[in-house]
Amino acid sequence: MSLSGAAYIAGAFEHPTRFAPDKSVALLHAECARGALDDAGLTFRDVDAYFCGGEAPGASPAYMADYLNLNLKHLSGGELGGSGPIGYIGHAAAAIQAGKCDVALITMAGRPRAVGQATGTEKQNFPSDIPFSPFDVAFNWSILTIYGSYARRHMHEFGTTSEQMAWVKVSASHHAQHNPNARLRQVFTVEEVVNSRFVADPLHMLDCCVITDGGGGLVVTRPEIAKSLKRPLVKLRGHGQAMTVNNGGMVDMVHTGAALSGPLAFAEAGVRHADIKYASVYDNFTIMVVMQLEDLGFCKKGEGGRFVMDGNLISGVGKLPWNTDGGGMCNNHPINRGGMTKAIEAVRQLRGEAHPRVQVPDCNIALASGPGLINGVGHYHSTAILERE
Amino acid sequence: MSTQATKKPFGVPWETDPFVTPWPEMRPFWAAAAEGRFLMPRCGDCGKYHWHPRAVCPFCHSRKIEWIESPGRGTIFSFSIARTWSPPHAIAFVKTAEEPVILTQLVDCDFDALRIELPVKVKLAPVEAGRWMPFFAPER
Repeated sequence: MSLSGAAYIAGAFEHPTRFAPDKSVALLHAECARGALDDAGLTFRDVDAYFCGGEAPGASPAYMADYLNLNLKHLSGGELGGSGPIGYIGHAAAAIQAGKCDVALITMAGRPRAVGQATGTEKQNFPSDIPFSPFDVAFNWSILTIYGSYARRHMHEFGTTSEQMAWVKVSASHHAQHNPNARLRQVFTVEEVVNSRFVADPLHMLDCCVITDGGGGLVVTRPEIAKSLKRPLVKLRGHGQAMTVNNGGMVDMVHTGAALSGPLAFAEAGVRHADIKYASVYDNFTIMVVMQLEDLGFCKKGEGGRFVMDGNLISGVGKLPWNTDGGGMCNNHPINRGGMTKAIEAVRQLRGEAHPRVQVPDCNIALASGPGLINGVGHYHSTAILERE
Repeated sequence: MSTQATKKPFGVPWETDPFVTPWPEMRPFWAAAAEGRFLMPRCGDCGKYHWHPRAVCPFCHSRKIEWIESPGRGTIFSFSIARTWSPPHAIAFVKTAEEPVILTQLVDCDFDALRIELPVKVKLAPVEAGRWMPFFAPER
């Protein structure tokens, strides 16, 4: 059975804050929920399903469901990392298709900046009950040194250069200049990126995403409900998710989970790469955009560096308009998780509600994709293909 | 720049390390490590080595895991320098002679001399919590 057409994204909301010292995590989730429901033209009373990730209070949907006093028939959640919200779009569609619920709310929010979290550079303190922890934790590896190692391997195997990777930041900055809420609105050059200081070589400071507070919300509904509302219709056309495991240590370090979730989503959607008018691809680090675009099939393996060069990802300039909100690179990376904002900008593009300077003309099919978590080099990954009806 | 393997025992026994106690089936690994012996897990049924160690073979799901003493040789598969740390350190993925890739920290190394495919050898050293971990250093 296919999820294609099983559900619609009826509401999408990106919290405008990037720094929230005066709000709790629960309140940010609540504001994101309210924003997404208002956008859809629905109320909390309409919600009968709820999904959230490990960043929610108590790392469970139960506590926010209680805080918001929701009346639920279905709920699910867990720690799928940054890509969780893209995954939950599929989980919600499956539950709707199975008749378990009608209106699913997805929220994601947090405040790493308010608490001074050094997200990328601090050592990863995984609990001792996670099977790899005893063998990894005391080495003081960080998110940055893992992705730095990814980048170096890709450079080694394919000749990818720092200048090519820098184009990812440059492209995002060209989009972010038009976003009044963006954390960074400065337009960067390739030289500025490669001359910024090394944080985990070969990655520079400007190869990294921003750290922001905030979050977002999505409302996924049964088709009949979406069609009864006043918003443009955004249909789930295809969905894929996968876990890239470390395979007992038999890893190549040049493939991401997009090589698994992407083909599943494309097959379910029944579309080709040329049909994708806009792509949101999670940009925690420049190298990950290069690798995921390869794995999603927008170019051959090893050619991602060349693919992102010369403005090919800039709306109105290149062949694949990408992260037109400024992405995690420049706009927003709330609570260190990029999946929610990826889905939201894809919805904006399909509705024709992106900033006029970055809106893709006749944007009828869009993709949102990204990784979540990192265990050694293993990670969760999900991809959604959406269609304007 | 370089790091020194000046790891001295912290006076904490490995047996009480909170990363050791929840994993009774991993005790042979930690006991050997504290004696300076590096064990790698190999499946008694399919014959494959794996990493990180576990009591179930990730390839054939056999419970017949054997601990094989390893010389701990390999080459750097990839690496990155944590420049924001004081002092900085090198995180590496080491491709072992047994095949599995191990996430580790490199010690006794000149950062500027590191490169992919550089031969490295295991160097067991205690960490603060008590257990001895498989650090790696360039082969001399």
